[in-house]
Parts: sequence; structure tokens; C-alpha cells
Amino acid sequence: MAVRGLRAPLLLTLPAVATVIAVLLPLAYLVLRAAAAGGDAWRVLEPGHTGRLVVDTGLLVGAVVLSAAVIGVPFAWLVVRTDLPARTFWAVTGALPLVIPSYVAALALLGALGPRGLLQGMLERFGVERLPEIYGFPGALLALVLATYPYVYLLTATALRELDPSLEEAARGLGQSRLRTFFRVTIPALRPSLGAGSLLVALYVLSDFGAVSLMNYPALTRAIYLQYQALFDRDPAAVLSLVLVALATLVLVLESHFRRRARYYRSARGPARTRVALGAWRWPALGFCSLVVGFFFLLPISVLGYWVWQAVPSDRPLELPWKPLLNSLLGSTLAAAVAALAVLPIAFLAQRHPAAWTRLLERASFTANALPGIVIALSLVFFGARYGGRLYQTLGLLIFAYVVRFLPQALAATGAALRAVNPRLEEAARGLGRSPAGALVSVTAPIIRPGVLAGAALVFLSALKELPATLLLSPIGFETLATEIWTATSVAAYSDAAPAALMLVAVSAPFVYLLAARRGAEAGSPG
Amino acid sequence: MRRLGLLSALTALSAIVGAASPPPSPGAHQATTLTIYSGRDERFVKPIYDRFTELTGIRIQVRYGDSATLAATLVEEGRNSPADVFFAQDAGALGAVASRARLKVLPSTILKKVPARFRAPGKRWVGVSGRARVVAYNTERLTPNDLPSTIWGYTQSRWKGKVGLPPTNASFQAFVSAMRIRAGDDRTRDWLLALKANDVKFFPSNARVLAAVASREIELGLVNHYYLYQLKEQEPSAPVANHFLRTKQDPGALINVAGAGIVSSSGKTAAAERLINFLLSKESQRFFARSPGRAEYPLVPGVKPRPGLPALSTIEGAKISLGRLGQELPATLQLLNEVGYTR
Repeated sequence: MAVRGLRAPLLLTLPAVATVIAVLLPLAYLVLRAAAAGGDAWRVLEPGHTGRLVVDTGLLVGAVVLSAAVIGVPFAWLVVRTDLPARTFWAVTGALPLVIPSYVAALALLGALGPRGLLQGMLERFGVERLPEIYGFPGALLALVLATYPYVYLLTATALRELDPSLEEAARGLGQSRLRTFFRVTIPALRPSLGAGSLLVALYVLSDFGAVSLMNYPALTRAIYLQYQALFDRDPAAVLSLVLVALATLVLVLESHFRRRARYYRSARGPARTRVALGAWRWPALGFCSLVVGFFFLLPISVLGYWVWQAVPSDRPLELPWKPLLNSLLGSTLAAAVAALAVLPIAFLAQRHPAAWTRLLERASFTANALPGIVIALSLVFFGARYGGRLYQTLGLLIFAYVVRFLPQALAATGAALRAVNPRLEEAARGLGRSPAGALVSVTAPIIRPGVLAGAALVFLSALKELPATLLLSPIGFETLATEIWTATSVAAYSDAAPAALMLVAVSAPFVYLLAARRGAEAGSPG
Repeated sequence: MRRLGLLSALTALSAIVGAASPPPSPGAHQATTLTIYSGRDERFVKPIYDRFTELTGIRIQVRYGDSATLAATLVEEGRNSPADVFFAQDAGALGAVASRARLKVLPSTILKKVPARFRAPGKRWVGVSGRARVVAYNTERLTPNDLPSTIWGYTQSRWKGKVGLPPTNASFQAFVSAMRIRAGDDRTRDWLLALKANDVKFFPSNARVLAAVASREIELGLVNHYYLYQLKEQEPSAPVANHFLRTKQDPGALINVAGAGIVSSSGKTAAAERLINFLLSKESQRFFARSPGRAEYPLVPGVKPRPGLPALSTIEGAKISLGRLGQELPATLQLLNEVGYTR
């Protein structure tokens, strides 16, 4: 089906292999550590204890993935394919929770819904003494759904925009009802991006530490941090991290399986020619969007705003972190650009030269993404200090770290876009006399561009809030918005953390707008 | 046209990248620059670093992070570490780096400035300031008379669901080690289990415990004493106070230290020693003990703690050496894991 018989060109193979090696550095480090550790470190894997950690972690991953899909897919469809009022507003605010670091999200949720939080304070006059318990599973679930459903929403929205309109039109033309068309044509065609989005969500949950620690949920990452924090022991931490890698591998296999038979190509370029008129369904649709945006965006933002407001009467002037803002933008922009370029060879190989080894390269790029930031940061400390020479603790190495950590996000988006391109198109172009490269540029590039941009934007937004690698690998004295927030929250000075967090959201908004809304405007008028 | 825009954007970007790492200014090579890995918060210690530069002309670069992560970083960096000084929040982090010989042996002129129990058994780090374990309580709900004077009293049913603690925090773990040394493993296990059966609440840090006491989410918390002063600095009306456990030999009373050491690979030993000497000077000790928002125990004799704090010598549990606490840590963690505090 793909261009068989063509050997993978070296021009693709070399950069792809180099990138995958870079991304696998953390894994190499873990294997080194675990191998050097000897029997003692392996004792950290007590069957009962580790088993429970794995089950608890798995439960959380499953629940978050499911919730993110249930929220993200309908949200994307409403925003892209219907005449929902104020679509641009929903498109942007629905994606913005992505930039709230999960520990800030957890803090804000606790501030709002926790014991003695704002909600309970408001309900106190009605005699409400206690709210349902938020610590543990419910709190971790809420904070992580907040942080991750935008992945599903954004990737699905991109796919919906790029979905070949002729598929749905044909189904409708054949007399299928709108609902049937949605379930029989639209949803199956979304499988690649839904799979990619869910994969990112699962890896995020596996790697997250901020939310599970604040919410007291016994996830694997918490156990890993504990090894570092209390025992200063890297070896058992490495062994536990490998368990996390095993879980990630399982997730990757599941995802491949999920979209194995899903191959949907588009034959024409261009967005859907019609939007679905919601009619009276507009009201429940608006209710759904308000609920999502209200709970996952306005609520945490309001809590942050409340913290700023609380601090206003004090005589300290409100200082806005301009320099950290510039540093954040610089690091994240470069990381996004590098990641977007670096994934292209991997994605092309996996798609156009399908073989066991190209698929393995592609899949392997994802595994390290399940590791908590601290493990990735320490592994790059290890390699950077030993072999990095003068590069160690420079902006270059920091960007390398961001790329290693977030490359899968670019890969997921680009890969999903590429999977939707019918290779026949390129074949046709070549049949008409174009060179392979020429066919690529003139036919494929325009189709996958939105996906590539979406991937770059995801990396950008993730790098903005990255903390552990920034703390350890940045040039000394390089403060970012995320380190500002960390400095303030580590002494529980929430009113000082809030301005930086709000700034993070404010500067992300235009990028999210470009990512989520602008292309929506190109779609045809309501039909 | 578009390509031109991209090109100029790239040029601008590379200009910014260049600006982010300025070339060394002429004459800069004459001044020494010390690199500190600081597990102590920027808000807390920056004034003292600035003051050192002002006094000595030695410039300081600081990498902030949490003590445990920086300890792991130092160990991973090995001989290529750019750090000269490690200033850590707790003795455990210092001990972890020292035990892998990543810290230098300090001269006795520095070590002798603090009492023996506040410095490393192997002479590789020295305590700079002390903090006591206390029971912080909500003053709207409780008066000092309500509070048991010994740690063993906090498992009564009266406190069901009202006690909070940070099980993953190094100071809390040192306190459990002290309890094991004083009272034995069995009694310690029983106490931990009794607290748990009484619905004790877990938090990720001392600061979170204290915030929960202030908001009445819980009524009392087992924390370090000085967080209260940080909180009061930001929120003068916060209804929280400290209760010191001073019954003789009570393991609830314990002193931990923040301390510093010189990284083995540092080529700037003289300047690094000057910095540590400065941290142990009367001026710095007064800063840690009595400047606004700070109330740590000075460790150098002759500097008084903040008024209202009981004298160090009256805190009995303090007499266990920090080296001993470090040795006990693995067994303590095993126990905490067993009783489900840190699973």
C-alpha cells in the first residue's frame, strides 16, 4: 500500500536514528544504573507492594484516558464541525488548561474544592461542614484530566478539520442519517488522532508527579521520587523507573493495536464544506462546553486570581516576572522548532517505509515520555556532565532536554497527520514526473502542515511549564515562569506564584488561538 | 516575502540566544565566581549571598533546587561538577553526597565553630542553622493547655482526623529515627499505626501541613518550627502557633540542621571556605535567626535565637547526633513503608 520496494533513503534514516538515540538516552541511563545496582536495588520490587503501585497507577491512567476522550472528542466536534455560538472562544479556552502545570492545577483545585477551600467557605453559611473527600483518586483524576484532555481535544480537532469532507458527504448522499454518519464514518476516521491523543494522555499520567503528590495518590512516580528524596538512592529509583517504562510499552502496544486496521486517507484537500446546524441542541451543547471550560479553566484561573487579589492589600508591590517570561518564550520556541523538525524523518520512515525496524524506531521514541521529569533531567545531567563538555548547563543542552522530553508530542501530531495522507497522491505526482522530494513538498507538505504545527505547539506549551530539567540543566541563573512558580509554591507563597501562573496562561493564549481556532474560521458557513 | 519574515525572525532569535549567554566582560577573570547549589529557597537565602559578594567581591552564581535533587545531581555530575559549594536544607542530603566522597573534608577552624553534634561525623559538612520539630496548632480551635506535652499523647481519639504530617519529608523522617532510637522499633510502630488508625492526614511538605493548620483543614501538624515565621511574614493574622515538646527525653523534640559543604571537584577551596565561614559569622547567624520571616536556631555559640523560642539546650531530643540519625534512615524508611505512610 505504501511505496513498497523503495529502500529507506539514508537522508531519512540517519537523522531518524540519531533522534531516537537521543530520546533513548534516559532509558540507557536507567539500564546502566539498574545493571550496576546489584541485587540490593532490585529488592525495591517487592511483589505485593510494586504490584499494588502498578495497579493503582494503571487505574489512574485508564480513568484519565477515558475521561479525556469523553470530554475531548465531543468538544472538538462541537467546535470544529457545528455552528456552536462563540466557537472561537470555546476553541481557545478549551485548550488553555494545557498550560497550567499539573501541580498548580492540583493546588488550585485543592484551594477551590479541598477541605476548607473556597467552595466550602461559600457553603459554610448553609451549614456545609465537609465536602466529599478530594484527596486520593478523585483529586488526582480531576487534576490530570484538566491537564490532559486538551491533548485529545486538539489532536481530534486538527484531524476533524483535515478530514476528507467527501467521506461524510458520500455517506450522507447514500442516505445515512447524520448520527449514523458520525458514528460510522467520522469516529472511525478519527481513530489515528484519538489514539495518538490518548497515548499522550497515558504517558503524561504515567510521568506526572505534581498532581499525584499533592493529592496523595500512590502512583509509581511518587514511589520513584521517594527513593530520591528520602534515600538519595538512584539505583532503586532506576529499577522502579524501568517498571514505568514497561507500563509505557504496554500502552504503546495497546495503542498500535487500537488503530491497526484504521487506515483512512483523504483524497481531497480542504475543510468540511458544511457545518452541522445544532438547532435546539445548541443549548445542551453550550451547557457541555460551559461545564468543561468553567470547571477546568475558569475555576483554577479564578483561584489564582483570588490569590493575587488576597495579596494586593499587603504593601508589597505586585512584581511581574518579565525576564523569566522572555526566557520561557525563548526556550520553548526553540524546543518546539527543533522537535517539529526532528520528528519528520521518524514519522516518514514509519509511514512510507513500513518495516519492523522503522515501526520500532517510531514506537521507541515514545517510551521515555512516560518517565518523570526528574529521571530524564538526571540522566541528562549524567551524560551532559560526562560527555557534554562546555555544552553542559547551557541553553543548547536545555533545549535538547526539552526535545528529548517532549518529542513524542510532536511525533504523535505529525504521525497522525501523515497517516491520513494517501500515498497514492504522491505516487500520482511522481507519475506526472515529479521527483520524490518534489512530490513530498508539493503534495504531502501542505496536507500535513497543520499536524506539524499542532505538534510544535504542543511541545511549546509543554516546555513552557517544564520544571525539573529547567532547574538542573539551564544556564545558571536562567529563571523561567515555571521556576518562578516553583520558588513561590515551595514556601507556600501562593499569592506570589499566582501572577507567574496567570502570565503563563496569558502568553500561551495567542499560541493556543493559532493552534485551535484560526483554521476553524476557514471552514464554510453553517449549513 | 514570507521567507524573508522567517529569516529575520531567525536572526532576531539568534541575537536573543547570544544575549542569553553574554561574553565574559573584560576584567571578569580577575574576580572569583563561586557556584552554589542551593537547596535553600531563593527567597530565604538570597540576601545573605548578596551580602557576601558585597563584603568580599567574590561573585556568586546560584542554582536553586530541592536539596535531594541537587544531591543526586552532584553525585551524577561526579568530577565534572561545576559546583563549588552545596548548601542543603537537611543533613540527609549532605550525608548522601559526603558518603560518596563528593564533598571535601573541612578545616577544623570551620568545624569547631559549631557544637560537635551539628557537624558531619566525617567532617565533610557543617551545620549552619537549626530547626526544631514542633506541633503547630490552630489558635482559633486550641489553646496551649489542650496540647499534650509529649508526642505520645497525639494518638488519643480526641485528635481523630485532626492531625497532619509530611511522611515524605526529611525532617519528619529524622524525627521518626529519633523516636526509634529513644523508644525502640515496636513502640514507634505502634505510635505510627495508632496515628493512622486515628485518621491522620498526609501532606507533601511542611509548608502544606502548616497551610492546612492555618485554614483549619486540620487542627495540628507535626512540622519544623520556622515555617510559622515564613507564614506570618506573608499572612500576619494566620491563626497558628508553635507548641514545643519539652518533656524530658521526648523524641518529639528534635533539632535538624541546614548545612553546607565544599564540592570535591571545586578548584576554589579558599573562596568556598570564606563563604562557609561567612555563613557561620555572627552577622549571618543573626540573619538566619532573627531577620524578618526567619527564626532558625543559630548554631554558633554567642548568637541568641529569636525571642520567644526555648533555648537549644532545653530541647532534650536535640542531643542525638545527626550522624546517628543518618545511619538510621534506611531502617526508618522501611518502617514507614511497612506501616503504609510512604507506600
